[in-house]
Amino acid sequence: MKTNNDKKEIQEDRKEIIDSLKKIANKLRIDVIDMIYNAGSGHPGGSLSAADIITVLYFHFLNIDPKNPQWADRDRFIMSKGHACPIWYAALAEKGYFDKSHLGTLRKINSILQGHPDMKKTPGIDMTTGSLGNGLGVGVGMALAAKLKGKLYYSYILIGCAEHNEGVLWEAALAAAKFKLDNIIAIIDYNKLQLDGYNDEVMPIEPLAAKWTAFGWNVLQINGHEIDQIINAVETAKNTKGLPTVIIADTIKGKGVSYMEDKCSWHGKAPSKEEYEQAMKELTSC
Amino acid sequence: MQTAFTREAYGEEIVKLGEENPDIVVLEADISSSTKTCYFAKAFPERFFNVGVAEQNEAIVAAGLASTGLIPFLSTYAVFATMRACEQVRTFICYPNLNVKIAVSHGGITPCTDGVTHQATEDLAIMRVMPNMTVIAPTDYNMTKAVVRAAAAHYGPVYIRLTRDALPIIYEENISFEIGKAIKLYDGNDLTIISTGDMTYTAIKAVKLLKKEGIAAALVDMPTIKPIDEEMVIKEAKYSGAIVTVEDHQIIGGLGSAVSEVLSENYPIPLKRIGIRDTFAESGEFELLLDKYGLSAAHIVEAAKKVIRMKK
Repeated sequence: MKTNNDKKEIQEDRKEIIDSLKKIANKLRIDVIDMIYNAGSGHPGGSLSAADIITVLYFHFLNIDPKNPQWADRDRFIMSKGHACPIWYAALAEKGYFDKSHLGTLRKINSILQGHPDMKKTPGIDMTTGSLGNGLGVGVGMALAAKLKGKLYYSYILIGCAEHNEGVLWEAALAAAKFKLDNIIAIIDYNKLQLDGYNDEVMPIEPLAAKWTAFGWNVLQINGHEIDQIINAVETAKNTKGLPTVIIADTIKGKGVSYMEDKCSWHGKAPSKEEYEQAMKELTSC
Repeated sequence: MQTAFTREAYGEEIVKLGEENPDIVVLEADISSSTKTCYFAKAFPERFFNVGVAEQNEAIVAAGLASTGLIPFLSTYAVFATMRACEQVRTFICYPNLNVKIAVSHGGITPCTDGVTHQATEDLAIMRVMPNMTVIAPTDYNMTKAVVRAAAAHYGPVYIRLTRDALPIIYEENISFEIGKAIKLYDGNDLTIISTGDMTYTAIKAVKLLKKEGIAAALVDMPTIKPIDEEMVIKEAKYSGAIVTVEDHQIIGGLGSAVSEVLSENYPIPLKRIGIRDTFAESGEFELLLDKYGLSAAHIVEAAKKVIRMKK
């Protein structure tokens, strides 16, 4: 039996965890803007929308060892929307996979940080990505391998909303359900925008939850910027047996930088000097 | 002439490999009774993954499996693995150099009566251009067994092109096969014929026809298209001074191109290419298609005479 005092302590611990994760997320957003500004190109919008999800996974859930990136029993993470890799690189550097000085080399020649993720160049990257729609199928392979070898790791896949335009994503969704891969946790960074405009204009994907449900998945819907909601959803997903879980996380493209928020024009360009300074001012005042 | 199916050889050998190595897994796209992965499915159901008619997903699932240290063999038909799933093979298998073996049936025009949708006459070119990829077209049933074994022992992506129709048995059981090494079947100093896969039998027929006309043709069987056996190509160029390549594939991008590249850069001599000449074939019996599209023994003989005349 938990006493009221115990409950209060748990709540306080939880608040502490959430506050600390919020701080990390903000730090990673600053790194993202720094990196893309230095590189002169890159994808800020989708990096910022995924910042809170990436933070919760890397600093609360993933069972990984930055000193041993190839550890066979590690949790896997696949960024299916590979263009958002600046936020991933920022998280990996913060975890200690490589020195932070590498962040300034993004997209430059001889860098370990490619324009899109490369598993052979960057420690901590479990799969090369960048071509949309393919991360889930790769995750199916990793999850099948876990089941076959009796390993307990989870495969987390971050999927962008526009990836639902790709047929191969649905091929993988069918397969994950067929093989009952409850060790797969897919998270949709649902910022409603793609390169050419809103999903609804370019290629409508609603009703999204109904589609995933119809494909045989356990579907959770959350606000992808609320740390506690992300934590709860991943915990629920980990406790769901017999079918894969997808967490549809409502997000805002460009979240955290006022002039980038909900603007498809910030899908894939670097800020100017003035814009950079403005972004830094906003993020450092958080 | 005794014939046997190369896809049958694959189906049998992959079961043996599965017995020896628990890391061998097989992916299938709903045609296991045709690709013969059905034997593996029966022997090792827990290591057999049928992803349905979804070749793109098949390729990326294979990539995911390989990333954990398993050795996936992916099977479907050649057209679908190399064209439907082309970018997945390129970006998720070749680019990260993952240990995936693509063992496909219905290479070339061997799915003859099925027509163009099922004939793969571009696959060798497409697979050859991809960095990290090894490309092999086994000659017969016995060689296929050795090729499958060699592919499993080699780290990295390998494309193994099998055929729908049974092929004449040319090699002994338990032949030794080394990736990247050609096999000289006949000696002759008037010209050298270099053939691959299911065309080697037709090339043998051409060598015999040429002999009757007093022309001594050497024959080199080149199952590995990539890496091509440069040493053998240059040696033959120096020895006979004229080459005819023979393949069940477009003349663009396959064996003929690979041999031309080696010759142009090292020892330029006259060369003629036998293959499909930048067109699509059609439904029909295999031998009749060879006649109509310029791949018969008579066509090889004709090309041989022309290339000899081009010698200085």
